[in-house]
Amino acid sequence: MQLGRVLGRVVASEKSPGLEGIRFLIVQPLDKSEKPKGETLVAADAVFMAGPGELVYFVASREAAEALPEPFVPVDHAIVGIVDQVHLGGSA
Amino acid sequence: MKVATVVGTVVSTINIPVLDKHRLLVCDLDNLDGSPGGYTIAVDVVDAGIGDTVLILDEGSSARQILGLSAGAIRAVVVGIVDELVVDDEVIAVG
Repeated sequence: MQLGRVLGRVVASEKSPGLEGIRFLIVQPLDKSEKPKGETLVAADAVFMAGPGELVYFVASREAAEALPEPFVPVDHAIVGIVDQVHLGGSA
Repeated sequence: MKVATVVGTVVSTINIPVLDKHRLLVCDLDNLDGSPGGYTIAVDVVDAGIGDTVLILDEGSSARQILGLSAGAIRAVVVGIVDELVVDDEVIAVG
């Protein structure tokens, strides 16, 4: 999983079957210090609560679809959590 | 599998249900030559801590098997704590 910042949303009324009701968000992947790294991508919102500006973490590849109510859908990135805090260094 | 160093933790209260009872660790992926190899956020099943050199499994089906799940969006799991890395008879890292 990687960290990402939600930049916006994608509205698509015509979607592949199984994707009804799924929200798609534009995500900027981040490095562990929360600095932008790599190209933006579109991820399905599997927590149904993420919104623009939020720090999230997302899963890529086949496992992304597993996060959704219907797991056999064409999705390659899914937001699986909203980050409260990232602790780097120090004690866990 | 990949060798990595645990450098932090992620705290999250809103997440998909399969992640509810698991700690998430920020892990720097280690290249043998010491160059940076990116990072990943992995589920911890071995009680690893910050500073530990660990073994990361990054494949969904095996990850679900370890966690006893038939379904679930989990791919990266910390599955071992490394005691020693030896390359060409030379110890290059000690956990």
